Amino acid sequence: MTQAPLLLSVDNLATHFFSQEGILEAVDGVSFDIHAGEALGIAGESGCGKSVTAQSILRIVPKNGKIVMGEISLFQNGESVDLVQLDDRGQEIRQIRGGEIAMVFQEPMAAFSMVYTIGNQITEVIRLHQDCSQNEARERAIEMLGRVGMPKPEQTIDAYPFALSGGMRQRAMIAMALSCHPALLIADEPTTAVDVTIQAQVLELMKDLQRDMGMALIVITHDLAVISELCDRVMIMYLGKDVESAPADVIFRDPKHPYTVGLLRSVPELGEGHSQELDPITGSVPSPYRRPAGCPFHPRCPEFIPDVCDVHLPPQIELAGGHRVRCHLYVQD
Amino acid sequence: MWSFILRRILLMVPTLFVVSVISFVIIEAPPGDFMDSYVNALLQEQEAVDPAEIASLRMRYGLDAPTYVRYFRWLGNIMQGNLGRSLEWNQPVSKLIADRLPWSLAISVASFFLAYAIAIPIGLYSATRQYSLGDYFFTLIGFVGLATPNFLLALLILWYYFVATGNVAVGLFSDEYLIAPWSFAKFIDLLKHLWLPALVVGTAGTAGLIRVMRANLLDELERPYVMVARSKGLSEGKLLVKYPFRIAMNPVASTIGWTLPTLVNGELLASLVLGLPTIAPLFVGALLSQDMFLAGSVVMILSTLTLVGTLLSDIVLAWLDPRIRGAI
Repeated sequence: MTQAPLLLSVDNLATHFFSQEGILEAVDGVSFDIHAGEALGIAGESGCGKSVTAQSILRIVPKNGKIVMGEISLFQNGESVDLVQLDDRGQEIRQIRGGEIAMVFQEPMAAFSMVYTIGNQITEVIRLHQDCSQNEARERAIEMLGRVGMPKPEQTIDAYPFALSGGMRQRAMIAMALSCHPALLIADEPTTAVDVTIQAQVLELMKDLQRDMGMALIVITHDLAVISELCDRVMIMYLGKDVESAPADVIFRDPKHPYTVGLLRSVPELGEGHSQELDPITGSVPSPYRRPAGCPFHPRCPEFIPDVCDVHLPPQIELAGGHRVRCHLYVQD
Repeated sequence: MWSFILRRILLMVPTLFVVSVISFVIIEAPPGDFMDSYVNALLQEQEAVDPAEIASLRMRYGLDAPTYVRYFRWLGNIMQGNLGRSLEWNQPVSKLIADRLPWSLAISVASFFLAYAIAIPIGLYSATRQYSLGDYFFTLIGFVGLATPNFLLALLILWYYFVATGNVAVGLFSDEYLIAPWSFAKFIDLLKHLWLPALVVGTAGTAGLIRVMRANLLDELERPYVMVARSKGLSEGKLLVKYPFRIAMNPVASTIGWTLPTLVNGELLASLVLGLPTIAPLFVGALLSQDMFLAGSVVMILSTLTLVGTLLSDIVLAWLDPRIRGAI
């Protein structure tokens, strides 16, 4: 199998927030690659820096935040641009946002402005990135709404977001993100705010669209089931660090990092009649302002090695089969 | 949208009814009636008073009828534009008010536009550049503006204007236009005089509006839909005006309704200091001398104008935010 061309390469990215309480190291040294058409899942508990990673790629980090280190290279037509170097209000990044890289946000209720129709908000992005008339943009928006399974798209396009159900709003959100055929779609918790029955539909839809349109996908989630459904590769984050990354089937079969192991054990399994004790990870995520020294996971780690884990930050270790892990257990010397 | 406006207008009818009852109660509040004052006046001039004649006058003017009859009769007169007679001025109330209301309205409208024209851009600037030097500067100016009493500002401006130009900036017209018929030159002259009371009356409101605008916009800028709009590739300026600004205008627009009564309050001292022929001094005079037809009518008219203002702000709100259109 030939490897698809590299689309986006994030190298040692760090995004910190500066406030009066101190410096919050939301993302602190994260690296990953995405190839064209590939689906990457980023998983971890809330506050681990998943969303900030996505916001860093689009350069829409909220105003106290700043990318302090690293590179984000986007490859288009044989050229590469380092998104970190672009002016975050400039023309170049604005053409990439919504055009090359689009994003689906977690809360469709809050993500749409309630004072404009969804048609207005979708045609806006089409007209920003494609040279077409208002009528053509409207046609394309209707077509896209139909494609995401919106009932009666010709009428729904003139609906205000508050008049739609949660599932329909999320479909409209996806239609808006896909309307300019991005090379990469970032979905930040796309199913968290919708009902369980709708979740499955949304996942199915995203899977189909990704296959049909051949785009790459980053799915950010705390729900490992979403990842097993959608993704080729998985990256697990903990306190701003990429602790482990591997092909999806490998990570579910053979997790290496104690955090990943704990995370997989704490997921309840349904069915088969046997009742099963949940096995949560002990302790809770430390305050991001007081990050533990050494490996950030060591205070909760069952495999903790004194004088090693609490002193040295583990290096990223390359295992066979594209499996990478940041843990002292796998250091060979 | 049209059905929303129609519903709103229909809803004004019961409110106006309540307002008219309250105004009538104010007129009726002092003991005695106009005939008692008339008898007193005659007695003071030591003229003979024939009780039978007074009784027949009472009957002629309908003063002997029960209260509710007199209320409806009064209401009927108002509908025909007859507000009764001012006892103090011995003139029809409608004439007194008609002479002064336009100036009050002119000052209100001018200070309203002045306040919005100054406050909205400054609020926008302050919110988008929070904690910048400019933001601190305008915040300081805003607080000073809020804290300065109108009349003091009026006196200060009068003083500096006099020192600078040798003229006294009092009244709404220069002497030569005071009784001249309306002309373009007279209108220009009015504008030349109007800015001062508009500024004096509008200062506190402007300062308040800057704070409201800044706070609303700061709230809205944090909303997810702003980040979404940014993620679509919109430029900061377009995004700001299309999304958060429109929502942030919401509470600002809802204050249109009570601009007018607030201005009548705020206008009083400024009007006295600047010698303006407006409603506020007339109203205070009527209350002091128990000139109840005048006082009641002023209350009635100001309340009606407030209702019209509320209607206007409701329409603006419905235009800004489609969620409101469905509500009553």
